[in-house]
Amino acid sequence: MDQKPSNCGLPSLEADSQRTLYPYVTGTSVVALKYKDGILMAADMGGSYGSTLRYKSVERIKPIGKHSLLGASGELSDFQEILRYLDELILYDNMWDDGNSLGPKEVHSYLTRVMYNRRNKFNPLWNSLVLGGVKNGQRYLGTVSMIGVNFEDNHVATGFGNHLARPILREEWHENLSFEDGVRLLEKCMRVLLYRDRSAVNKFQVAKITEEGVTISQPYSLKTSWGFSAFKNPTLGAEGSW
Amino acid sequence: MTKQQANWSPYDNNGGSCVAIAGADYCVIAADTRMSTGYNVLTREYSKITKLADKCLMASSGFQADVKALQKLLAARHLIYQHQHNKQMSCPAMAQLLSNTLYYKRFFPYYSFNLLGGLDNEGKGCVYTYDAVGSYERAGYSSQGTASTLLMPYLDKMLKSPSPLLLPAQDAVTPLSESEAIDIIKNAFAAATERDIYTGDKVEIVILNAHGIRREYMELRKD
Amino acid sequence: MFRNQYDTDVTTWSPAGRLFQVEYAMEAVKQGSAAIGLRSKTHVVLACVNKASSELSSHQKKIFKVDDHIGVAIAGLTADGRVLSRYMRNECINYSFTYESPLPVGRLVVQLADKAQVCTQRSWKRPYGVGLLVAGLDELGAHLYYNCPSGNYFEYQAFAIGSRSQAAKTYLERRFENFMDSSRDDLIKDALISVRETLQGEKLKSSICTVAVVGVGEPFHILDQETVQQLIDAFEIVGEDEPPAPEQGEAAAPDQGEDAPAPAPAPAPSPAPAADEGAAPMDI
Repeated sequence: MDQKPSNCGLPSLEADSQRTLYPYVTGTSVVALKYKDGILMAADMGGSYGSTLRYKSVERIKPIGKHSLLGASGELSDFQEILRYLDELILYDNMWDDGNSLGPKEVHSYLTRVMYNRRNKFNPLWNSLVLGGVKNGQRYLGTVSMIGVNFEDNHVATGFGNHLARPILREEWHENLSFEDGVRLLEKCMRVLLYRDRSAVNKFQVAKITEEGVTISQPYSLKTSWGFSAFKNPTLGAEGSW
Repeated sequence: MTKQQANWSPYDNNGGSCVAIAGADYCVIAADTRMSTGYNVLTREYSKITKLADKCLMASSGFQADVKALQKLLAARHLIYQHQHNKQMSCPAMAQLLSNTLYYKRFFPYYSFNLLGGLDNEGKGCVYTYDAVGSYERAGYSSQGTASTLLMPYLDKMLKSPSPLLLPAQDAVTPLSESEAIDIIKNAFAAATERDIYTGDKVEIVILNAHGIRREYMELRKD
Repeated sequence: MFRNQYDTDVTTWSPAGRLFQVEYAMEAVKQGSAAIGLRSKTHVVLACVNKASSELSSHQKKIFKVDDHIGVAIAGLTADGRVLSRYMRNECINYSFTYESPLPVGRLVVQLADKAQVCTQRSWKRPYGVGLLVAGLDELGAHLYYNCPSGNYFEYQAFAIGSRSQAAKTYLERRFENFMDSSRDDLIKDALISVRETLQGEKLKSSICTVAVVGVGEPFHILDQETVQQLIDAFEIVGEDEPPAPEQGEAAAPDQGEDAPAPAPAPAPSPAPAADEGAAPMDI
């Protein structure tokens, strides 16, 4: 009598947990797209502790080996753990010193297995990852979620980006975007996210990967205008509001 | 800090629907290419159909990560089979393997709803339909996925197959021609897309017959 | 009759710095029927001689597909060869499960060599008695490797192992400079001629050889017997007209060369004199 309800032999999720059951410090959306010569990716630099803006200079886009670029939203400590896995992976790959190297497709597939295996152990890495890269003239862009859902597309976004950025990308993306147009399109997406995603901050990095290699921009901010009258007094003219 | 998320779940439903029809000397298997989560469309171009063997195709909907794991496992098992037996696995053999693979995870199931279509050893069309934990039966036609409840009665009405309740058992294979079967599938998806938000974008139709494999696509509503 | 004091244990050194058991294992490779490999920029061809151990039996399989992009031909103990090709198949399946791309050939060869090396350093193990010609294709092009029981491996343009392989090697050494730009069919032709060289007067027929190809746009596959016979006929390389010169030393031995685990006497005669001939044949 007085037994706890059994949960069918599944590992107990609450008691003295050593798992990520919910995130602590999180990053918000990552947006990425294919353009003429490779992949462009953008993310802001905020790290939120719940609704507190706890960190303001977090790099959420990192190069992986020579051909790949990884962007992450979600738990930042888990992201750093993933970076340690990948550092080891790339190190071992380089140690063969045989001219072979893991391309973006291989890294994405590896990450997919890591994320899915961790969810199978009920011990997820609390991230949505975006992986882009170029190898042998092939552009690659894919994403993985914390339970292992993965796909490739011409443009991808995580979190709020799925709601706010992808409709814009579906409207405006095309196969032969130039670098300038690509950055402009990303900035348009990031601006919308900045206006409507409360955890987004106005400090970004945009990263580019081509056959030549990775370039990650210095942090910069977008020009915003909050002068729109509805922003100043959003309830003006709304009946029955204060 | 207070917990902000709902309890974590290892599952998601990424939606999608599949249909398969077996004919006397062909098999048609189809699925839409939308992948979604909740009200989000993740991508409009995700193929749910994989070739497991020369004469065996699988269409799967449900939780994409589980589906992918299942597909990879079956692909690896099929490679081992080929090394050991020097031939391709037959569709009925693959059907049994799929059932066993699903049941192996009976208490932490693959959240995947599968249809297996192909040609049997006599060259006759065959369709196998499954639940998530591996119980399966051979049928003349079937549907799976988020719009299966919309698709199934339509197929029942259109395919002129003898009832599986008849005694003695009749051949479940449809008497219709290949092109008629394809038309029925196109209509079925066009209709299902009207009412099921998880089905849409495009339908991929794979036709398997003595000549080999052929693919067709038809655009569906994107909303 | 003297006895070698240093050859009863794999892990025991001779004062001359040699491991006799390992060398005996490499002798086993020479006992097996010949296997040949050669490559161009885009293709690798493997060929081998099939010998039945008796009139009443069929021959053993000596060429194995490992994956779509890799295959092996073996000489020596076929049973060991099967174990190693199963290991290689598993490695390929595991790699493509994780990375969704084919395992680079060079890496598989190193893993295989490391596996063989372990057996030369454990008292409770024995070295594998098989030599493998590994043919493969990866993003860097076509490759041909030879793995031997000692754990050494080498990359080759063309190579032959097994009984009377010296005759094939002599032929290949005369011709290898042109192989890089050879067409697929020319490679097969050279492979068949090399096989014929090892036959010592016997007639070249499709029933006594196997040929396999891997190349750009062509997954590894073993050619079926009719195709091989057609190629032999087309190239008019039946043989017998030119009985190859008997090889130094080896030809003298009544060659029971077959891959069934032959009763042990084989290594005894040759290595003992070799022991005082100086240079260790370890690196071949």
